[in-house]
Amino acid sequence: MYDTPKIIINDLNVNIGKQQILRNINVLIPENKITIILGPSGCGKTTLLKTLNRLTDLYEDVELTGSIIIDNIDILNTKVDITRIRQKMGLLSQRPYPLPMSIFDNIAYGLRISGIRKKRILNEKVEHYLRQASLWDEVHTRLKDPASKLSIGQQQRLCLARGLAVDPEIILADEPTSALDPISSQAIEEKFIELKNNYTIVLVTHILRQARRIADHVVFMYLGDVIEQGPAEEIFNNPQMERTKQYFKGAFN
Amino acid sequence: MFRRFKDKVSTAWMWICLAIVIILPFLIGAGLIIKSHTIIEKHSLWQLLTTSEWQPLQGKFGFLPFIISSLWVTVIAVLLSGPVCLLTAIFLTQYARSTILKIMHPIIDILAGIPSVIFGVWGILIIVPFIARIAPFFGTEGSGYTIIAGAVVLSVMIIPFILNILIEVFRSIPEELTEASLSLGATRWETIKYVLLRKAFPGIISAIGLGVSRAFGETIAVLMVVGNVIAIPRSIFDPGYPLPALIANNYGEMLSIPMYDSALMLSALILFVVVLIFNLLSRIAIARIENGH
Amino acid sequence: MMKFKKTEETFFKFLMLFSTFIIVAALIVIIISILYKGLPSLSWEMVSQTPKGGYYFGKEGGVLNAIIGSIYLSAGATFLALLIGLPVSLLLNIYLIKQKRIVNTIRFFLDLLWGIPSIVYGAFGFTIMIYFGMKSSLLAGIITVSLFIIPIMVRAMDEVLKNVPMGLMEASFSLGSTKSETSYKVFLKQCSTGLITAILLSFGRAIGDAASVLFTTGYTDNIPTSLNQPTATLPLSIFFQLSSPISEVKSRAYASALILTIIILVISVITRIVSKKYDKHKIKF
Repeated sequence: MYDTPKIIINDLNVNIGKQQILRNINVLIPENKITIILGPSGCGKTTLLKTLNRLTDLYEDVELTGSIIIDNIDILNTKVDITRIRQKMGLLSQRPYPLPMSIFDNIAYGLRISGIRKKRILNEKVEHYLRQASLWDEVHTRLKDPASKLSIGQQQRLCLARGLAVDPEIILADEPTSALDPISSQAIEEKFIELKNNYTIVLVTHILRQARRIADHVVFMYLGDVIEQGPAEEIFNNPQMERTKQYFKGAFN
Repeated sequence: MFRRFKDKVSTAWMWICLAIVIILPFLIGAGLIIKSHTIIEKHSLWQLLTTSEWQPLQGKFGFLPFIISSLWVTVIAVLLSGPVCLLTAIFLTQYARSTILKIMHPIIDILAGIPSVIFGVWGILIIVPFIARIAPFFGTEGSGYTIIAGAVVLSVMIIPFILNILIEVFRSIPEELTEASLSLGATRWETIKYVLLRKAFPGIISAIGLGVSRAFGETIAVLMVVGNVIAIPRSIFDPGYPLPALIANNYGEMLSIPMYDSALMLSALILFVVVLIFNLLSRIAIARIENGH
Repeated sequence: MMKFKKTEETFFKFLMLFSTFIIVAALIVIIISILYKGLPSLSWEMVSQTPKGGYYFGKEGGVLNAIIGSIYLSAGATFLALLIGLPVSLLLNIYLIKQKRIVNTIRFFLDLLWGIPSIVYGAFGFTIMIYFGMKSSLLAGIITVSLFIIPIMVRAMDEVLKNVPMGLMEASFSLGSTKSETSYKVFLKQCSTGLITAILLSFGRAIGDAASVLFTTGYTDNIPTSLNQPTATLPLSIFFQLSSPISEVKSRAYASALILTIIILVISVITRIVSKKYDKHKIKF
């Protein structure tokens, strides 16, 4: 199998209000691979993703039991400094949400929050991460322009660069290409393949073809339960559970 | 057949009503301009607005003291009310449980519905004596019927107004923006400070602009506590005489002194124009926000 | 650095709680002070009698003239505003629903109208009165106040009508109703409680306003029997009694203020109850 998993999720149960969203989730997320969380809408995959960096704290009436262990720390423990944990992860959402500032400041935001203020260092880092996201060439002449002026594909790459700038170890992506045109989508997918050598990537999608293209590891969910998980070739070519088989059949019809 | 006729009449009436509603502001503006015409012909508008001698019996109409009083009262009211509303709006939309927001809504609505004269009574009962008591600490004495009393009463009156707009503004910011900022390692407060306030900024300015327009035209409550002394106030502990109060207090003598009625109509016109401008600018800004993002 | 961040956040959290508290406290203080000062002088006499001969010197009587006057005035103004305002909202939400730009422009316009201070309406009303040779009267007051509350009425109804979907209208047409029949019957049935809320809201605004009635309605110690008579209103009654040097009259001013406050609070409560009912029975789309 794999070496030590980066994230270990044990008996996770998530209730929001009176509804149970996630039931007894036990998942291992391998390091430096692309793990895809797959499933029909409403199965809880986005909630699972959000639990990983505890964005679920924003919801009212949310109850979490179980543990999520990242680098030997259970992040669900309330004593944990959650802002530090969050800096270990970058988030890419469905639609890009550039912060209401210039392109430069968007990237520098996370850096400034963690205390890096020196101009020289900021300039270096901003360039570095914009290059990493393949955006530098298009924007380096207008770094002070508001980020909202970029096209939607560029904005998504900006959000990627912004997330990478805080030097995370894990990248969380929630259907990151669903709002993009095919060319921009392809660019993002290729980027992920490049990045997985240095980062652990957890990606939520409902596009089966996308999963087939880039997944190393697959977690299939249905109505709040994990039905099957394992290496991509095994899951796609030889699914064990009935539900999984049905899902793959249905997705192609 | 009869139904057809009814339909035609109903529809016609609808259009007539629409016409009435659209013509109304123009009618009001025109009416005020026509009535102010007499006094503007006699003295130049510039002279009227910038001199401070007010002796109607001698034909001297200097509006400056009233304009300055209005400005003082309005600006201080907004300075008091603005930050309170902003802090409360942030608290209610970012930190508090939704049940607290649900409880606050009726409170805000009731505050909004309290008539002007009741605020005036409250001002006389509580605010005026309070100001009189603390005036010595600021080096002055007085009855308490002051600009600051007017400003305090006014500030409470415009709270529901500004607060509701601010709550809407913050509510309309997508949650994902907060999520993005938190994911980068920012705390809740840092997110508010560096991201949300920036995003809300145009909305905040509009809310303030609308607050100003509301405050500028408020009549009875301010009139009851502001002192009504015709002089340019030199400090907030001096009494004042804002424009609406001028109109309200003197309408009785309007017709007996020549040109007095024209002067008061000019005051109403000034009010009309100032309020309209602030209202217009603020609403255009809001419309821009809704379209641009 | 973390410590500084934490202290900053705690400091502002405290300020925020404090601000919220100020607002709630302001409301409570206002109501309590009116209650405290007004209750001692509140009596059955106050609400059931008009001012008698020596009322303004501290002798018998009450403010029934103002109470009834205010009710007549506000009811008349609300009715007039409804007459003009309802067709306008129906127009906006049904006939013109497809012309978004025109509708938005009209709504913008109405928002501007809504912002005009009541004293400007009062001054305008006064000008019209003089022009037509009318005297201070109930009618003049009704017209002036109705102009003032038309934007409020239209806005409130607009909020309610906005949410009724096109499907309902189309269904009604297909059954053979004319456009106006559809508007009045179908929509009104669907939004009846919302409309009641709009009417109550406008009534509440009308009854509390002093600046628009100051020049136009006059004042009298009697209950008006015709539209051409001057009419007393509660806000003015409070105002005039308060300016008296005689302490009995002053305390009765507070009692009158209490009466007005109670009327407003009752309207608020009824409005809340009605809107709660509205939410329960509304068909959810």
